[in-house]
Amino acid sequence: MTTKVAVERLTDPRKTGQRVYYTGVFLLCAWVIVPLYFLFLNTVSSAEAVNGFPKSFLPEFNLDSLKFFAGFDGMVSALANSVYVAGITMILSITIGAPAGYALSRFDFKGKELFRALILLTRAFPLPLLALPLAVLFIRIGLDDTIFGLALVHTTLAVPFAVLITFSLFSGIPIELEEAAWTLGCSRFTAFTKVVFPLILPGITASAIFAFVISWNEVFAAAVLTIENRTLTAFLLQNLDTAPMHLKFAGGFILVVPALVFIFAVRKYLFSMWGIANR
Amino acid sequence: MAQIIIKNVAKKFDTYQALYDINLDIKDQEFMVLLGASGCGKTTLLRIIAGLETASSGEVWINNRRVDHLPPKDRGIAMVFQNYAVFPHLTVFENIGFGLRMQKLPDAEVTRRVQKTAALMHIEQLLKRYSGELSGGQRQRVAVARALAMEPDVILMDEPLSNLDALLRLEMRTELKGILAESKTTAIYVTHDQVEAMSLADRISVMNQGKIIQASSPIDIYRNPAAEFVAGFIGNPPMNFVTATAQGPGKWLVAGQVISGPQRQVETLKFAIRPEDVTVSDQGLEAFVKVVEPLGAHLQVTCLVDGKLFRALLNSELILKPGDVLHFEPMSNRVRWFDPSTTLAVV
Repeated sequence: MTTKVAVERLTDPRKTGQRVYYTGVFLLCAWVIVPLYFLFLNTVSSAEAVNGFPKSFLPEFNLDSLKFFAGFDGMVSALANSVYVAGITMILSITIGAPAGYALSRFDFKGKELFRALILLTRAFPLPLLALPLAVLFIRIGLDDTIFGLALVHTTLAVPFAVLITFSLFSGIPIELEEAAWTLGCSRFTAFTKVVFPLILPGITASAIFAFVISWNEVFAAAVLTIENRTLTAFLLQNLDTAPMHLKFAGGFILVVPALVFIFAVRKYLFSMWGIANR
Repeated sequence: MAQIIIKNVAKKFDTYQALYDINLDIKDQEFMVLLGASGCGKTTLLRIIAGLETASSGEVWINNRRVDHLPPKDRGIAMVFQNYAVFPHLTVFENIGFGLRMQKLPDAEVTRRVQKTAALMHIEQLLKRYSGELSGGQRQRVAVARALAMEPDVILMDEPLSNLDALLRLEMRTELKGILAESKTTAIYVTHDQVEAMSLADRISVMNQGKIIQASSPIDIYRNPAAEFVAGFIGNPPMNFVTATAQGPGKWLVAGQVISGPQRQVETLKFAIRPEDVTVSDQGLEAFVKVVEPLGAHLQVTCLVDGKLFRALLNSELILKPGDVLHFEPMSNRVRWFDPSTTLAVV
């Protein structure tokens, strides 16, 4: 009797499907979490523990590596540069991206589909290919090694996402709401500020934060286009190359954590960009 | 005073002609219903009056003022949308007061008017709620209240009841008629539901393929359809048509029966009669019963007359079965004639 049940359980296709599903979920989670855990573990371990063997899988909360960075020369100015560049990128990509997103969702014009495809295509050119001509151009017009110049490059990277996210936000707002506002005494502009804007504000914030993260994470253009005014990524890349292992871990940790926190905060809007139900 | 005049309005979307040369006069305080199947252009016409759509040509006058070049806010209109369009980020109070706030009215006046219209629509207890916390029927009430609070010259309604369930629709229909009559506002109401149109309208404009076929009072449209389309569209079941062939001056042969009709120099006309306007008799149009449906008040009988489907609403006490042969006596003052070449009524 019991063996029969056991056999049924083994061969029940639904049960098997569930098992495959949970295994898949487990593997995907492990894929993301395990490296992050190692990064965390080694960041809060002493230099000896990082280089030693066998490893402990429990953190010892030794903050020496992080303390080293807190006192590292140039660290603070690099951090400030990163925040400035990311801030400018955020503002520029929303002021450029949001009107484009609005136009895409509300107006019909010739070549609209092509335009949408072209927006994504800007991401098809590898940055290393563009970096050298950009560097030459920036030197010629005097934008090299400036925060604003780097922010411009980061804006071109972030704008496609800003357009697509705001496009989906605007599309999620029924045109009737705007039309109702028009019939109730609003001009096109006041209808936007009184009705559409309050409704998309959370989404716009999310899209801005995403632009911030793109800039924060970007290292290649930052390394090529700046020398004195390095951002945190470029600064760490330059200095960690020759640093001991435990400092590499701590540096990586410093870069990863803010990006992770930001992305986690805006995750539902990133889903909506790809057309997954916004919940 | 808000009279609406529509002069030669036409609308073309790229290659598709949505409206052809529409002319319509709507009197002050009149309840005008635009009735037609989907795609007939009725919503487009309403949106042109509202200013949400621009006419390709023609003029729109509201209150002796030409408005077709004005934005919606300057036309003295308010509109109720099919999906209600209640602003989700505002409370019911602020929704109803939205237009009043745009007019920069003092707070006390806004509060007074919001409360007055909310009481009229029986939603006083909902004023603090948000759209997400309302049922469909309540949202509908908010949308109507928001339009009424504006005290507009003209209120435009685009299928406002079509998203409600059947029972609620009946209730709102009656209520809406009473409230609008009291508010003395000119109303234009778009619907595809003929019962809704008949019950609400002072006047109905029946539209088909971008044209107004007939604009008249509900009972006139029902009794004296100006064209075959109207006769077939209005009424449930619709009017019956039987081919009539000429039998001498003013005499027409209809399904084996000679009937006197209009004097016309044509071979054939179409004889038309409403299902409830025939009685069973010893002689008359010969009908072969196909289906018998007892509806309570009536007996709906589907027959073949002259080889075509013919529906009659008969006394529910008759006992009939498929295969029976009947003779229908048409009520002579209810018979209508149509010219098959123009599809228009022959008077």
